[in-house]
Amino acid sequence: MARPLINVPAKVKRGRAFEIKTLISHVMETGYRYTTVGARIPRDIVTLFSCSYNGEEIFRADLSPAISANPFITFFTVATENGTLEFKWTGDNGFFETATATITVE
Amino acid sequence: MSRSTPSPCAVGRRAAAATITALLLLAVAGSARATDIPLDQRRSGYADLGRDSKAMQDDDTVNPATLWVLDGEALWNQKAGAANRACADCHGDATASMKGVATRYPAFSPARNGPVNLEQRINLCRTEHQQATPLPFESRDLLALTAYVGRQSRGMVIAEASDERLKPFIDAGRKLFTQRLGQIDLSCAQCHDDNWGKRLAGVLLPQGHPNGYPLYRLEWQGVGSLQRRLRNCLIGMRAEPYAFGSSEFVALELFLMQRARGMTIETPAVRP
Amino acid sequence: MGERKLGATRRAVVFGSLVGGLAATISVERARATPAQMREAIRNVVGAAAVRKGRVELDVPPVVENGNTVALGVTVDSPMTATDYVKTIHVFNEKNPQPNVISVYLGPRAGKARISTRFRLADTQTVTAIAEMSDGTFWSATAEVIVTLAACVEEL
Repeated sequence: MARPLINVPAKVKRGRAFEIKTLISHVMETGYRYTTVGARIPRDIVTLFSCSYNGEEIFRADLSPAISANPFITFFTVATENGTLEFKWTGDNGFFETATATITVE
Repeated sequence: MSRSTPSPCAVGRRAAAATITALLLLAVAGSARATDIPLDQRRSGYADLGRDSKAMQDDDTVNPATLWVLDGEALWNQKAGAANRACADCHGDATASMKGVATRYPAFSPARNGPVNLEQRINLCRTEHQQATPLPFESRDLLALTAYVGRQSRGMVIAEASDERLKPFIDAGRKLFTQRLGQIDLSCAQCHDDNWGKRLAGVLLPQGHPNGYPLYRLEWQGVGSLQRRLRNCLIGMRAEPYAFGSSEFVALELFLMQRARGMTIETPAVRP
Repeated sequence: MGERKLGATRRAVVFGSLVGGLAATISVERARATPAQMREAIRNVVGAAAVRKGRVELDVPPVVENGNTVALGVTVDSPMTATDYVKTIHVFNEKNPQPNVISVYLGPRAGKARISTRFRLADTQTVTAIAEMSDGTFWSATAEVIVTLAACVEEL
Protein backbone atom coordinates (compact mmCIF):
# COMPACT_ATOMS: atom_id res chain seq x y z
CA MET A 1 0.00 0.00 0.00
CA ALA A 2 1.35 3.40 -0.91
CA ARG A 3 2.48 5.64 1.88
CA PRO A 4 0.20 8.65 2.36
CA LEU A 5 0.70 11.47 -0.09
CA ILE A 6 1.61 14.76 1.57
CA ASN A 7 2.05 18.02 -0.27
CA VAL A 8 3.62 21.08 1.35
CA PRO A 9 5.47 23.98 -0.27
CA ALA A 10 9.24 23.51 -0.54
CA LYS A 11 9.92 26.74 1.32
CA VAL A 12 7.60 28.88 3.42
CA LYS A 13 7.93 32.46 4.59
CA ARG A 14 8.02 32.92 8.36
CA GLY A 15 4.73 34.05 9.78
CA ARG A 16 2.78 33.20 6.62
CA ALA A 17 0.02 30.60 6.51
CA PHE A 18 0.69 27.76 4.04
CA GLU A 19 -1.50 24.97 2.76
CA ILE A 20 -0.96 21.32 3.54
CA LYS A 21 -2.59 18.69 1.34
CA THR A 22 -2.97 15.09 2.47
CA LEU A 23 -4.21 11.99 0.69
CA ILE A 24 -4.28 8.45 2.04
CA SER A 25 -5.39 5.17 0.58
CA HIS A 26 -8.40 3.82 2.52
CA VAL A 27 -11.65 2.18 1.44
CA MET A 28 -13.82 4.14 3.93
CA GLU A 29 -16.42 1.39 4.00
CA THR A 30 -19.55 3.11 5.32
CA GLY A 31 -21.22 0.21 7.09
CA TYR A 32 -24.45 0.96 5.21
CA ARG A 33 -23.81 -1.28 2.21
CA TYR A 34 -25.05 -4.83 1.75
CA THR A 35 -23.85 -7.78 -0.29
CA THR A 36 -26.00 -9.46 -2.92
CA VAL A 37 -27.21 -11.93 -0.31
CA GLY A 38 -28.23 -9.22 2.14
CA ALA A 39 -25.30 -9.40 4.54
CA ARG A 40 -24.23 -6.01 5.88
CA ILE A 41 -20.66 -5.02 5.04
CA PRO A 42 -19.16 -3.82 8.33
CA ARG A 43 -17.96 -0.27 8.75
CA ASP A 44 -14.25 0.29 8.18
CA ILE A 45 -13.26 3.93 8.17
CA VAL A 46 -10.55 6.31 9.26
CA THR A 47 -12.04 8.05 12.29
CA LEU A 48 -9.36 10.52 13.31
CA PHE A 49 -6.73 12.55 11.49
CA SER A 50 -4.27 14.85 13.21
CA CYS A 51 -1.21 16.90 12.39
CA SER A 52 1.54 18.11 14.72
CA TYR A 53 4.15 20.75 13.99
CA ASN A 54 7.35 20.06 15.97
CA GLY A 55 5.32 18.04 18.41
CA GLU A 56 2.45 20.46 18.94
CA GLU A 57 -0.95 19.58 17.49
CA ILE A 58 -2.05 22.17 14.94
CA PHE A 59 -4.95 20.37 13.28
CA ARG A 60 -7.39 17.59 14.08
CA ALA A 61 -10.39 16.15 12.25
CA ASP A 62 -13.10 13.64 13.16
CA LEU A 63 -14.10 11.75 10.04
CA SER A 64 -17.45 10.04 9.44
CA PRO A 65 -18.53 7.42 6.89
CA ALA A 66 -19.60 10.37 4.75
CA ILE A 67 -15.97 11.10 3.89
CA SER A 68 -15.11 9.62 0.48
CA ALA A 69 -12.74 6.71 0.01
CA ASN A 70 -9.07 7.68 -0.13
CA PRO A 71 -9.60 10.58 2.28
CA PHE A 72 -8.31 13.89 1.00
CA ILE A 73 -7.94 16.69 3.56
CA THR A 74 -6.31 20.10 3.14
CA PHE A 75 -5.77 22.77 5.77
CA PHE A 76 -3.51 25.71 6.63
CA THR A 77 -0.94 26.42 9.31
CA VAL A 78 1.39 29.32 10.05
CA ALA A 79 5.09 28.81 9.35
CA THR A 80 6.83 29.39 12.67
CA GLU A 81 10.18 27.59 12.48
CA ASN A 82 12.05 24.85 10.62
CA GLY A 83 10.91 21.43 11.62
CA THR A 84 8.79 18.40 11.03
CA LEU A 85 5.12 17.95 10.42
CA GLU A 86 3.82 14.64 11.70
CA PHE A 87 0.54 13.23 10.42
CA LYS A 88 -1.52 10.47 12.04
CA TRP A 89 -4.53 8.56 10.79
CA THR A 90 -6.44 6.28 13.17
CA GLY A 91 -9.42 4.15 12.30
CA ASP A 92 -11.55 1.04 12.71
CA ASN A 93 -9.97 -2.39 13.01
CA GLY A 94 -6.83 -0.92 14.52
CA PHE A 95 -5.97 1.17 11.49
CA PHE A 96 -3.00 3.40 12.20
CA GLU A 97 -0.83 5.22 9.68
CA THR A 98 1.72 8.01 9.99
CA ALA A 99 3.66 10.26 7.67
CA THR A 100 6.07 13.15 8.04
CA ALA A 101 7.09 16.17 6.03
CA THR A 102 9.92 18.63 6.54
CA ILE A 103 9.28 22.36 6.76
CA THR A 104 11.92 24.87 5.72
CA VAL A 105 11.17 28.41 6.86
CA GLU A 106 12.86 31.43 5.31
CA MET B 1 -37.28 -13.23 -14.39
CA SER B 2 -39.53 -12.20 -17.24
CA ARG B 3 -37.80 -12.03 -20.63
CA SER B 4 -40.26 -9.71 -22.27
CA THR B 5 -39.49 -6.77 -19.97
CA PRO B 6 -35.99 -6.09 -18.67
CA SER B 7 -36.09 -6.31 -14.88
CA PRO B 8 -35.02 -3.05 -13.18
CA CYS B 9 -31.51 -3.23 -11.86
CA ALA B 10 -30.50 -2.40 -8.31
CA VAL B 11 -30.61 1.32 -8.77
CA GLY B 12 -34.27 1.21 -9.60
CA ARG B 13 -35.41 4.53 -10.86
CA ARG B 14 -32.40 5.56 -12.88
CA ALA B 15 -32.09 2.18 -14.60
CA ALA B 16 -35.81 2.13 -15.34
CA ALA B 17 -35.40 5.52 -16.95
CA ALA B 18 -32.32 4.29 -18.78
CA THR B 19 -34.23 1.29 -20.12
CA ILE B 20 -37.11 3.43 -21.34
CA THR B 21 -34.74 5.93 -22.91
CA ALA B 22 -32.78 3.15 -24.58
CA LEU B 23 -35.96 1.63 -26.01
CA LEU B 24 -36.92 5.04 -27.33
CA LEU B 25 -33.46 5.42 -28.84
CA LEU B 26 -33.96 2.07 -30.55
CA ALA B 27 -37.25 3.21 -31.97
CA VAL B 28 -35.92 6.44 -33.42
CA ALA B 29 -32.31 5.55 -34.31
CA GLY B 30 -31.50 3.78 -37.52
CA SER B 31 -28.78 1.16 -37.71
CA ALA B 32 -25.51 2.31 -36.08
CA ARG B 33 -22.82 3.82 -38.26
CA ALA B 34 -19.65 1.82 -38.57
CA THR B 35 -17.53 4.90 -39.32
CA ASP B 36 -15.36 6.54 -36.68
CA ILE B 37 -16.11 9.97 -35.26
CA PRO B 38 -14.07 12.50 -37.30
CA LEU B 39 -10.87 13.53 -35.48
CA ASP B 40 -11.94 17.15 -35.05
CA GLN B 41 -15.12 15.98 -33.31
CA ARG B 42 -13.48 13.47 -31.02
CA ARG B 43 -14.12 14.51 -27.46
CA SER B 44 -12.48 13.09 -24.37
CA GLY B 45 -14.61 12.41 -21.27
CA TYR B 46 -12.43 15.05 -19.60
CA ALA B 47 -14.30 17.80 -21.42
CA ASP B 48 -17.54 16.81 -19.69
CA LEU B 49 -16.14 16.76 -16.17
CA GLY B 50 -17.14 19.29 -13.55
CA ARG B 51 -14.59 21.86 -12.39
CA ASP B 52 -13.56 19.87 -9.31
CA SER B 53 -13.15 16.55 -11.13
CA LYS B 54 -10.99 18.26 -13.77
CA ALA B 55 -8.86 19.74 -10.98
CA MET B 56 -8.56 16.28 -9.46
CA GLN B 57 -7.25 14.82 -12.72
CA ASP B 58 -4.89 17.68 -13.55
CA ASP B 59 -3.00 17.76 -10.26
CA ASP B 60 -0.96 14.68 -9.31
CA THR B 61 -0.88 15.83 -5.69
CA VAL B 62 -4.67 15.59 -5.35
CA ASN B 63 -5.47 12.81 -7.84
CA PRO B 64 -6.38 9.70 -5.80
CA ALA B 65 -4.98 7.57 -8.65
CA THR B 66 -1.52 8.85 -7.73
CA LEU B 67 -1.62 6.43 -4.80
CA TRP B 68 -1.81 3.58 -7.33
CA VAL B 69 0.90 5.11 -9.52
CA LEU B 70 3.22 5.31 -6.50
CA ASP B 71 2.44 1.67 -5.69
CA GLY B 72 3.29 0.84 -9.29
CA GLU B 73 6.60 2.65 -9.05
CA ALA B 74 7.48 0.61 -5.96
CA LEU B 75 6.52 -2.64 -7.71
CA TRP B 76 8.54 -1.65 -10.78
CA ASN B 77 11.66 -1.60 -8.62
CA GLN B 78 10.86 -4.68 -6.57
CA LYS B 79 12.52 -7.98 -7.41
CA ALA B 80 10.00 -10.73 -8.12
CA GLY B 81 9.70 -14.37 -9.06
CA ALA B 82 12.16 -17.24 -9.23
CA ALA B 83 14.39 -15.14 -11.46
CA ASN B 84 14.53 -12.53 -8.67
CA ARG B 85 14.31 -9.76 -11.21
CA ALA B 86 12.61 -6.39 -11.07
CA CYS B 87 11.03 -4.65 -14.09
CA ALA B 88 13.77 -2.05 -13.61
CA ASP B 89 16.49 -4.67 -14.09
CA CYS B 90 15.52 -5.05 -17.77
CA HIS B 91 13.69 -1.81 -18.48
CA GLY B 92 15.68 0.62 -16.36
CA ASP B 93 14.04 3.92 -15.55
CA ALA B 94 10.38 3.72 -16.54
CA THR B 95 10.10 7.46 -17.07
CA ALA B 96 12.38 6.95 -20.06
CA SER B 97 11.83 3.38 -21.25
CA MET B 98 8.05 3.32 -20.91
CA LYS B 99 7.46 6.69 -22.54
CA GLY B 100 5.02 6.20 -25.41
CA VAL B 101 4.33 2.55 -24.71
CA ALA B 102 0.68 3.02 -23.72
CA THR B 103 0.03 4.87 -27.01
CA ARG B 104 0.75 1.66 -28.93
CA TYR B 105 -1.20 -0.86 -26.89
CA PRO B 106 -2.92 -3.30 -27.40
CA ALA B 107 -0.03 -4.62 -29.49
CA PHE B 108 0.51 -7.84 -31.39
CA SER B 109 2.14 -10.59 -29.38
CA PRO B 110 3.76 -13.38 -31.43
CA ALA B 111 3.62 -15.59 -28.34
CA ARG B 112 -0.16 -15.26 -28.27
CA ASN B 113 -0.59 -14.92 -32.03
CA GLY B 114 -2.90 -12.05 -31.33
CA PRO B 115 -3.14 -8.69 -29.60
CA VAL B 116 -2.48 -8.28 -25.91
CA ASN B 117 -3.31 -5.26 -23.77
CA LEU B 118 -0.89 -3.63 -21.36
CA GLU B 119 -2.05 -5.74 -18.41
CA GLN B 120 -1.48 -8.95 -20.36
CA ARG B 121 1.90 -7.68 -21.56
CA ILE B 122 2.95 -7.05 -17.98
CA ASN B 123 1.87 -10.56 -17.03
CA LEU B 124 3.78 -12.02 -20.01
CA CYS B 125 6.90 -10.30 -18.66
CA ARG B 126 6.19 -11.67 -15.18
CA THR B 127 5.81 -15.26 -16.35
CA GLU B 128 8.46 -15.31 -19.07
CA HIS B 129 11.18 -13.06 -17.68
CA GLN B 130 10.64 -12.92 -13.95
CA GLN B 131 9.37 -16.50 -13.57
CA ALA B 132 6.66 -15.11 -11.35
CA THR B 133 2.96 -15.91 -11.21
CA PRO B 134 0.77 -13.60 -13.29
CA LEU B 135 -1.04 -10.90 -11.37
CA PRO B 136 -4.83 -11.40 -11.28
CA PHE B 137 -6.88 -9.05 -13.44
CA GLU B 138 -8.14 -6.03 -11.50
CA SER B 139 -5.78 -6.77 -8.62
CA ARG B 140 -4.28 -3.74 -6.94
CA ASP B 141 -0.77 -4.68 -8.02
CA LEU B 142 -1.65 -5.11 -11.69
CA LEU B 143 -3.65 -1.88 -11.73
CA ALA B 144 -0.78 -0.09 -10.01
CA LEU B 145 1.81 -1.31 -12.52
CA THR B 146 -0.46 -0.56 -15.48
CA ALA B 147 -1.24 2.90 -14.13
CA TYR B 148 2.46 3.56 -13.57
CA VAL B 149 3.40 2.48 -17.10
CA GLY B 150 0.41 4.34 -18.59
CA ARG B 151 1.31 7.48 -16.66
CA GLN B 152 4.58 7.68 -18.58
CA SER B 153 2.60 8.32 -21.76
CA ARG B 154 0.39 11.07 -20.36
CA GLY B 155 0.05 13.87 -22.86
CA MET B 156 1.20 11.72 -25.78
CA VAL B 157 -0.92 11.01 -28.83
CA ILE B 158 -2.50 7.58 -29.42
CA ALA B 159 -0.74 6.05 -32.41
CA GLU B 160 -2.36 4.62 -35.51
CA ALA B 161 -1.89 0.85 -35.59
CA SER B 162 0.47 0.20 -38.48
CA ASP B 163 0.96 -3.49 -37.75
CA GLU B 164 -0.91 -5.38 -40.49
CA ARG B 165 -1.33 -8.37 -38.19
CA LEU B 166 -3.67 -6.31 -36.01
CA LYS B 167 -6.12 -5.54 -38.79
CA PRO B 168 -8.39 -8.59 -38.42
CA PHE B 169 -8.58 -7.96 -34.66
CA ILE B 170 -9.50 -4.31 -35.13
CA ASP B 171 -12.26 -5.48 -37.46
CA ALA B 172 -13.43 -8.00 -34.86
CA GLY B 173 -13.53 -5.22 -32.27
CA ARG B 174 -15.52 -2.96 -34.58
CA LYS B 175 -17.97 -5.79 -35.17
CA LEU B 176 -18.50 -6.18 -31.41
CA PHE B 177 -18.90 -2.42 -31.02
CA THR B 178 -21.66 -2.22 -33.62
CA GLN B 179 -23.37 -5.48 -32.74
CA ARG B 180 -26.67 -5.36 -30.85
CA LEU B 181 -26.38 -7.18 -27.55
CA GLY B 182 -28.29 -8.10 -24.46
CA GLN B 183 -31.87 -7.95 -23.31
CA ILE B 184 -32.28 -4.40 -24.60
CA ASP B 185 -30.71 -5.39 -27.94
CA LEU B 186 -28.52 -2.33 -27.88
CA SER B 187 -25.07 -1.82 -29.44
CA CYS B 188 -22.26 0.35 -28.10
CA ALA B 189 -22.37 2.40 -31.30
CA GLN B 190 -26.02 3.34 -30.82
CA CYS B 191 -25.18 5.34 -27.71
CA HIS B 192 -21.56 6.29 -28.19
CA ASP B 193 -21.43 6.92 -31.95
CA ASP B 194 -24.99 7.98 -32.71
CA ASN B 195 -26.10 9.72 -29.54
CA TRP B 196 -23.06 11.07 -27.74
CA GLY B 197 -23.67 14.47 -26.27
CA LYS B 198 -27.30 13.65 -25.53
CA ARG B 199 -28.55 12.45 -22.16
CA LEU B 200 -29.39 9.01 -20.82
CA ALA B 201 -31.17 8.95 -17.45
CA GLY B 202 -30.05 12.53 -16.90
CA VAL B 203 -26.39 11.77 -17.49
CA LEU B 204 -24.44 13.07 -20.47
CA LEU B 205 -23.47 10.30 -22.92
CA PRO B 206 -19.74 10.40 -23.64
CA GLN B 207 -18.14 9.18 -26.86
CA GLY B 208 -16.57 6.46 -24.73
CA HIS B 209 -12.85 6.77 -25.46
CA PRO B 210 -10.27 4.67 -23.61
CA ASN B 211 -7.60 7.38 -23.48
CA GLY B 212 -7.50 7.69 -19.67
CA TYR B 213 -7.26 4.10 -18.47
CA PRO B 214 -6.57 2.79 -15.91
CA LEU B 215 -8.50 5.56 -14.23
CA TYR B 216 -10.04 6.62 -10.93
CA ARG B 217 -13.77 6.25 -11.32
CA LEU B 218 -15.80 8.16 -8.73
CA GLU B 219 -18.42 5.41 -8.91
CA TRP B 220 -15.81 2.79 -7.94
CA GLN B 221 -13.96 5.09 -5.55
CA GLY B 222 -10.88 3.37 -6.85
CA VAL B 223 -8.77 2.76 -9.91
CA GLY B 224 -10.05 0.27 -12.47
CA SER B 225 -9.24 -0.94 -15.95
CA LEU B 226 -10.97 -0.36 -19.26
CA GLN B 227 -12.27 -3.91 -19.15
CA ARG B 228 -13.93 -3.28 -15.81
CA ARG B 229 -15.65 -0.23 -17.30
CA LEU B 230 -16.74 -2.25 -20.34
CA ARG B 231 -18.20 -4.87 -18.00
CA ASN B 232 -20.21 -2.08 -16.35
CA CYS B 233 -21.50 -1.06 -19.79
CA LEU B 234 -22.46 -4.61 -20.66
CA ILE B 235 -24.25 -5.09 -17.35
CA GLY B 236 -26.05 -1.79 -17.94
CA MET B 237 -27.09 -3.06 -21.35
CA ARG B 238 -28.35 -6.26 -19.70
CA ALA B 239 -25.84 -8.30 -21.70
CA GLU B 240 -23.58 -11.07 -20.47
CA PRO B 241 -20.22 -9.42 -19.74
CA TYR B 242 -17.12 -11.02 -21.26
CA ALA B 243 -14.49 -12.42 -18.91
CA PHE B 244 -11.48 -10.34 -18.01
CA GLY B 245 -8.69 -10.95 -20.50
CA SER B 246 -11.05 -12.55 -23.05
CA SER B 247 -10.31 -12.22 -26.75
CA GLU B 248 -13.54 -10.21 -27.16
CA PHE B 249 -12.35 -7.63 -24.67
CA VAL B 250 -8.88 -7.30 -26.15
CA ALA B 251 -10.36 -6.89 -29.64
CA LEU B 252 -12.74 -4.24 -28.29
CA GLU B 253 -9.88 -2.47 -26.49
CA LEU B 254 -7.82 -2.48 -29.67
CA PHE B 255 -10.71 -1.15 -31.71
CA LEU B 256 -11.51 1.54 -29.12
CA MET B 257 -7.91 2.71 -29.06
CA GLN B 258 -7.92 2.97 -32.84
CA ARG B 259 -11.24 4.78 -32.73
CA ALA B 260 -9.50 7.25 -30.41
CA ARG B 261 -6.27 7.57 -32.43
CA GLY B 262 -5.02 11.12 -32.50
CA MET B 263 -6.34 11.82 -29.00
CA THR B 264 -4.00 12.21 -26.06
CA ILE B 265 -3.43 9.77 -23.22
CA GLU B 266 -4.70 11.07 -19.86
CA THR B 267 -3.77 8.12 -17.67
CA PRO B 268 -4.60 8.04 -14.84
CA ALA B 269 -7.76 10.01 -15.56
CA VAL B 270 -10.71 10.80 -13.27
CA ARG B 271 -14.21 9.98 -14.44
CA PRO B 272 -17.67 9.81 -12.82
CA MET C 1 -35.45 23.13 1.99
CA GLY C 2 -38.56 21.67 0.38
CA GLU C 3 -39.35 17.97 0.24
CA ARG C 4 -37.94 16.35 -2.91
CA LYS C 5 -40.08 14.15 -5.20
CA LEU C 6 -36.97 12.10 -5.97
CA GLY C 7 -36.96 10.27 -2.66
CA ALA C 8 -40.57 9.12 -2.90
CA THR C 9 -40.28 7.89 -6.49
CA ARG C 10 -37.11 6.01 -5.70
CA ARG C 11 -38.62 4.16 -2.75
CA ALA C 12 -41.58 3.13 -4.88
CA VAL C 13 -39.42 1.72 -7.66
CA VAL C 14 -37.07 -0.10 -5.27
CA PHE C 15 -40.12 -1.77 -3.72
CA GLY C 16 -41.43 -2.63 -7.17
CA SER C 17 -38.18 -4.24 -8.21
CA LEU C 18 -38.03 -6.23 -4.99
CA VAL C 19 -41.42 -7.65 -5.91
CA GLY C 20 -40.35 -8.25 -9.50
CA GLY C 21 -37.37 -10.40 -8.56
CA LEU C 22 -34.25 -8.37 -8.02
CA ALA C 23 -31.02 -9.77 -9.42
CA ALA C 24 -28.64 -7.88 -7.16
CA THR C 25 -28.62 -5.12 -4.62
CA ILE C 26 -25.83 -2.67 -4.05
CA SER C 27 -27.39 -0.78 -1.19
CA VAL C 28 -30.81 -0.86 0.35
CA GLU C 29 -32.02 2.35 1.92
CA ARG C 30 -32.76 1.06 5.38
CA ALA C 31 -31.07 3.90 7.24
CA ARG C 32 -31.73 7.44 6.28
CA ALA C 33 -31.19 10.59 8.27
CA THR C 34 -33.87 13.22 8.21
CA PRO C 35 -33.62 16.99 8.51
CA ALA C 36 -34.83 16.49 12.11
CA GLN C 37 -31.89 14.21 12.87
CA MET C 38 -29.57 16.78 11.40
CA ARG C 39 -31.06 19.50 13.60
CA GLU C 40 -30.48 17.27 16.62
CA ALA C 41 -26.86 16.65 15.59
CA ILE C 42 -26.42 20.38 15.29
CA ARG C 43 -28.01 20.88 18.74
CA ASN C 44 -25.50 18.42 20.21
CA VAL C 45 -22.70 20.63 19.03
CA VAL C 46 -24.24 24.04 19.53
CA GLY C 47 -26.34 23.48 22.63
CA ALA C 48 -28.73 26.30 23.34
CA ALA C 49 -26.60 28.96 21.59
CA ALA C 50 -27.96 30.82 18.59
CA VAL C 51 -26.49 30.01 15.21
CA ARG C 52 -26.08 33.06 13.01
CA LYS C 53 -25.88 33.02 9.24
CA GLY C 54 -22.71 34.47 7.79
CA ARG C 55 -18.90 34.51 7.98
CA VAL C 56 -18.86 30.95 6.67
CA GLU C 57 -18.38 30.24 2.99
CA LEU C 58 -19.37 26.78 1.82
CA ASP C 59 -17.89 25.75 -1.50
CA VAL C 60 -19.61 22.74 -3.05
CA PRO C 61 -20.49 22.22 -6.69
CA PRO C 62 -24.21 22.86 -7.32
CA VAL C 63 -24.43 19.70 -9.46
CA VAL C 64 -22.20 16.64 -9.12
CA GLU C 65 -21.69 13.80 -11.56
CA ASN C 66 -21.42 11.26 -8.79
CA GLY C 67 -22.41 11.41 -5.13
CA ASN C 68 -19.49 9.23 -4.08
CA THR C 69 -16.96 12.02 -4.32
CA VAL C 70 -18.14 15.60 -3.85
CA ALA C 71 -15.55 18.34 -3.43
CA LEU C 72 -16.12 20.34 -0.24
CA GLY C 73 -14.44 23.57 0.77
CA VAL C 74 -15.17 25.64 3.87
CA THR C 75 -13.67 29.05 4.52
CA VAL C 76 -14.47 31.10 7.64
CA ASP C 77 -13.93 34.84 7.85
CA SER C 78 -11.74 35.29 10.91
CA PRO C 79 -8.47 37.14 11.69
CA MET C 80 -7.16 33.92 13.32
CA THR C 81 -5.28 35.77 16.05
CA ALA C 82 -4.57 34.41 19.52
CA THR C 83 -7.73 36.06 20.86
CA ASP C 84 -10.05 35.86 17.85
CA TYR C 85 -10.03 32.60 15.92
CA VAL C 86 -12.11 29.67 14.67
CA LYS C 87 -12.15 26.79 17.15
CA THR C 88 -14.12 24.22 15.18
CA ILE C 89 -15.89 23.71 11.88
CA HIS C 90 -18.65 21.09 11.69
CA VAL C 91 -20.30 19.95 8.46
CA PHE C 92 -23.70 18.27 8.39
CA ASN C 93 -25.97 16.72 5.79
CA GLU C 94 -29.68 15.93 5.87
CA LYS C 95 -30.22 12.79 3.77
CA ASN C 96 -27.24 10.47 4.26
CA PRO C 97 -27.75 7.61 6.74
CA GLN C 98 -26.26 9.76 9.45
CA PRO C 99 -26.01 13.55 9.72
CA ASN C 100 -22.30 14.16 10.39
CA VAL C 101 -19.76 14.73 7.66
CA ILE C 102 -16.63 16.05 9.34
CA SER C 103 -15.56 18.07 12.37
CA VAL C 104 -12.26 19.92 12.25
CA TYR C 105 -10.46 21.52 15.15
CA LEU C 106 -8.41 24.60 14.35
CA GLY C 107 -6.83 27.30 16.49
CA PRO C 108 -4.81 30.47 16.09
CA ARG C 109 -1.90 28.51 14.60
CA ALA C 110 -3.99 27.74 11.52
CA GLY C 111 -3.47 31.20 10.07
CA LYS C 112 -6.38 30.68 7.70
CA ALA C 113 -9.67 28.99 8.54
CA ARG C 114 -9.92 27.14 5.27
CA ILE C 115 -10.25 23.41 4.79
CA SER C 116 -11.21 21.12 1.97
CA THR C 117 -12.07 17.46 1.60
CA ARG C 118 -14.20 15.11 -0.49
CA PHE C 119 -17.38 13.59 0.84
CA ARG C 120 -20.36 11.46 -0.08
CA LEU C 121 -23.90 12.54 -0.70
CA ALA C 122 -26.60 9.90 -0.96
CA ASP C 123 -29.06 12.13 -2.77
CA THR C 124 -29.76 15.71 -3.74
CA GLN C 125 -29.79 17.61 -0.43
CA THR C 126 -28.68 20.57 1.62
CA VAL C 127 -25.26 20.69 3.25
CA THR C 128 -24.70 22.83 6.37
CA ALA C 129 -21.40 24.11 7.78
CA ILE C 130 -21.21 25.57 11.30
CA ALA C 131 -18.18 27.35 12.71
CA GLU C 132 -17.55 27.81 16.43
CA MET C 133 -15.55 30.91 17.26
CA SER C 134 -13.22 31.50 20.17
CA ASP C 135 -15.78 33.94 21.64
CA GLY C 136 -18.35 31.15 21.79
CA THR C 137 -20.51 32.34 18.92
CA PHE C 138 -21.70 30.04 16.13
CA TRP C 139 -21.96 30.96 12.47
CA SER C 140 -23.33 28.93 9.57
CA ALA C 141 -23.83 28.58 5.84
CA THR C 142 -25.83 26.14 3.76
CA ALA C 143 -25.66 24.98 0.17
CA GLU C 144 -27.83 22.78 -1.98
CA VAL C 145 -26.20 20.06 -4.06
CA ILE C 146 -27.94 18.21 -6.89
CA VAL C 147 -26.61 14.67 -7.18
CA THR C 148 -26.89 12.99 -10.55
CA LEU C 149 -25.89 9.35 -10.87
CA ALA C 150 -23.92 7.40 -13.43
CA ALA C 151 -26.20 5.63 -15.88
CA CYS C 152 -24.28 2.35 -16.14
CA VAL C 153 -23.15 1.09 -12.77
CA GLU C 154 -21.80 -2.22 -11.72
CA GLU C 155 -23.33 -4.84 -9.48
CA LEU C 156 -21.39 -6.21 -6.54
